[in-house]
Amino acid sequence: MRKKMFRGRKYFIEALWEGLLKISGSVTSIIIILIVLFLFSEGLGLFKKDVIEEGYVLAVNKDNPIKDLNSQQIKDVFDVKIESWKELGVDVKDDKIILLRLDDIPNYVPEEEIAEDMSNLDTIINNIIEANPGMIAFVPRDFTQKGFNAKILDLGTINLKEFVTGKEWFPTAHPAAQFGVMPIVLGTLWVSLGAILFALPFGLAVAIYSAELANKRVHKILKPVIELLAGIPSVVYGFFGLIVIVPLIQKAFNLDVGETGLAGSIVLAIMALPTIITIAEDALRSTPRAMKEASLALGANKWQTILKVTIPYSISGITAGVVLGIGRAIGETMAVLMVTGNAAVIPHTLLEPVRTIPATIAAELGEAPKGGAHYEALFILGCILFIITLIINLVVEYISYKNKNKVA
Amino acid sequence: MEYRKRKKISQASAFWVFRIMSIAVIAILFWILGFIIVNGFQAISWDFLTKMPEDGMTKGGIYPAIIGTLCLTAGSMIFAFPIGVLSGIYLNEYAGKGWLVRFIRMMTNNLGSIPSIVFGLFGMSLFVNTLEFGDSIIAGSLTLGLLALPVVIRTTEEALKQVDNSYRTGSLALGATKLQTVVKVVLPIAFPNIITGLILSVGRVSGETAPIMFTAVAYFLPMLPSSIFDQVMALPYHLYVISTSGTDIEASRTMAYGTAFVLIAIVLILNLSANGLRRYFSNKVKTN
Amino acid sequence: MYNIDVKDLNFYYGDFHALKDITMSIQENSVTAFIGPSGCGKSTFLRLFNRMNDLIPDIKMTGEVNIDGRNIYAKDILVDELRKEVGMVFQKPNPFPKSIFENVAYGLRVNGEKNKKVIEERVVESLKGAALWEEVKDKLKKSAFELSGGQQQRLCIARALAIAPKIILMDEPASALDPLSTLKIEELIFQLKKDYTIVIVTHNMQQAARVSDKTAFFYLGELIEYDFTEKIFTNPSKESTQNYITGRFG
Repeated sequence: MRKKMFRGRKYFIEALWEGLLKISGSVTSIIIILIVLFLFSEGLGLFKKDVIEEGYVLAVNKDNPIKDLNSQQIKDVFDVKIESWKELGVDVKDDKIILLRLDDIPNYVPEEEIAEDMSNLDTIINNIIEANPGMIAFVPRDFTQKGFNAKILDLGTINLKEFVTGKEWFPTAHPAAQFGVMPIVLGTLWVSLGAILFALPFGLAVAIYSAELANKRVHKILKPVIELLAGIPSVVYGFFGLIVIVPLIQKAFNLDVGETGLAGSIVLAIMALPTIITIAEDALRSTPRAMKEASLALGANKWQTILKVTIPYSISGITAGVVLGIGRAIGETMAVLMVTGNAAVIPHTLLEPVRTIPATIAAELGEAPKGGAHYEALFILGCILFIITLIINLVVEYISYKNKNKVA
Repeated sequence: MEYRKRKKISQASAFWVFRIMSIAVIAILFWILGFIIVNGFQAISWDFLTKMPEDGMTKGGIYPAIIGTLCLTAGSMIFAFPIGVLSGIYLNEYAGKGWLVRFIRMMTNNLGSIPSIVFGLFGMSLFVNTLEFGDSIIAGSLTLGLLALPVVIRTTEEALKQVDNSYRTGSLALGATKLQTVVKVVLPIAFPNIITGLILSVGRVSGETAPIMFTAVAYFLPMLPSSIFDQVMALPYHLYVISTSGTDIEASRTMAYGTAFVLIAIVLILNLSANGLRRYFSNKVKTN
Repeated sequence: MYNIDVKDLNFYYGDFHALKDITMSIQENSVTAFIGPSGCGKSTFLRLFNRMNDLIPDIKMTGEVNIDGRNIYAKDILVDELRKEVGMVFQKPNPFPKSIFENVAYGLRVNGEKNKKVIEERVVESLKGAALWEEVKDKLKKSAFELSGGQQQRLCIARALAIAPKIILMDEPASALDPLSTLKIEELIFQLKKDYTIVIVTHNMQQAARVSDKTAFFYLGELIEYDFTEKIFTNPSKESTQNYITGRFG
């Protein structure tokens, strides 16, 4: 009887324990799902936001045939880069575009008249627009209510196409914030590719040296060095880059500022080295000894064996290391933030300041009011980063899966 | 004859290139370390480690940042260690080879490669805003914990994998249950490797900036935190602000070197102790 | 005169004395078998003839190994040239992850042969020499991994033949194969004897009896007995040899 009870308790504990383990095991999956949920739900709100600043409208004379303006056009109009309606594809009686902001109203109506009665502002604005066929007004929606018969443009919401292809990232621009993701995506790719170009030859060389040539003593030095390199916090790399590499680049290329894509690439290259070295070395070491011995026994020397047997055999592992290295470079935040200069313009050479996706998030999230378009745009950038790492992981997984099959 | 010579020369030159490049990589590390240690050492004093910052963080110490980093790291480990170890045990000891396990493993890998800034975004959205913790130690710790979780899981799994299967079958054959086998036989053997892995993940967490930027840290705080819902200063963020956007960047340079030195010292000490422990335990096993 | 002459050879792995005072000579165009229990040093000894042991860290050697009258451990010896003269076939078939053709051509390419025609000729010749040609002539471009284990091993023999060695070392070449494939390899060894000096390490005493002219018995790093195969297997002069071949230990 007692024995049975004991067994019952034992099974209960066992089952409890397994349940606990299962829950813990599923935590990572739950987190990933939560990350996707939160990132996308915060981020996708961006595409429900009006192109124009919240609470404002663009109004034109009711005879103006213009139907739609995109955010880039709005910005150009208000920056006086576009000055005639023809450039926007419409014929208006007075072709010259006249801008009207709240500040401009006193140019048309005596100030006393406005101050006298704010509730009259609707009519005042209405009259000004009616009197100027070529006018476009950027005014609060509240002042376009009673007796307002100027044409309010239906600008719609921020659309995905403009987000993806937009060439300007200027989230604090008035009256229409610019969320063109192109310059930052290109900046990220440039800096990361530059980093890999630097890191790859060094990474491979060290991996080959460490796996094939180094004796035990050298290996004993090399391994902790690589581990340490991987352990240094990225902000320390950034600090080092800022104080040593940036001035060096500025002097070497005689630039106005040393904070450039190149500085980012160099710092990232150093940071990506441990990933590339460790994985490539493991891959090289996985080459069966029998394979290498066969090559040597046929009169090949060590170098020929490395080149013709070891590297081809481990090429998929090496590729995986490189891809993961790229992934690390793309996702790196602090070091890049500190050394690339963070100019959100499409880069033409590595000697210009650039801005990457993670650096943009880190630099701007603090200033973006929660729930606003800017805030949501930064979350969309987070989604993009997340998707990039997901793709990179799938690629690596695919490579190692194929590799497993090849050996079997 | 001709070819033999070419073969020899190409091998010798290739190997020399590899040797030189390897030396270059080692040199880079020592350059970084040396630069920060030499410059930072001058800044280090007892006051630097135990005093509040003064004069717009151009003088004084980094005491609150040290305390902050300590709190955040400890908090993250309290969260990540138990869940990570249990999850690792589940994956290696209990889960079979079905699609579910493959899925979980894939998710763990994915979580491990998500950029730290994305964790920052997520932590801000979930802990700071949705759960309304505000910028606080708890929000920062949980965010850092998420980042450390895959590292702990992977370490545990690796450590368990190295335990020879004969121990398990031996224990099971003696009538022990699976739980008993895992707790009394497998875990004690894997323990040293789990601990060293844990130490290394502490190193990683203590240097992270991006995840805590929007979940926990403050630019400057005149006092220490009194509860887990308080904001803190932290070493990596402190280094970032005083080297890029302080009130007087030039004047706070010494402080920046000192902070970088402390950060590097933490990593160095943790790495050395992990290696030391590894050696100590492996010797112990041998003499047993 | 491609004989092998070993004089006073001692070999150590770290502190372990793996081969003790071995002196023997092997005649050209003959098959010599090394037998003995696992760990007796026979494989280590074989791998001295093409300096394959060089790859292992922490080894020490004294004495001489002369091939064709030259000490192959002398300073002026080029190891890769030596290995061209002394081919080797390993325990497990270890073809490269390349095509059948490229496997056989590998040795020629790494030794500087660029002439396509010559390479093609040598590949065909070697495959024929290894009695594999008929089976693979239609699929030379296919991966070597598509062959069966026995075919793979003959491919490895063909690969060794391609660089025209004088000596072929075989380290238990049939231990990973089924009986039928083993038989084919043994037949091949018999044919190759005409043109090559063959040294074979084997666990299988019947195999040693079937293929070899002379047999050497190793035990605990020592060369116990070395004589004509017939004599070793019918009338050994040492008692431990007798015990081993009758299966009393090993």
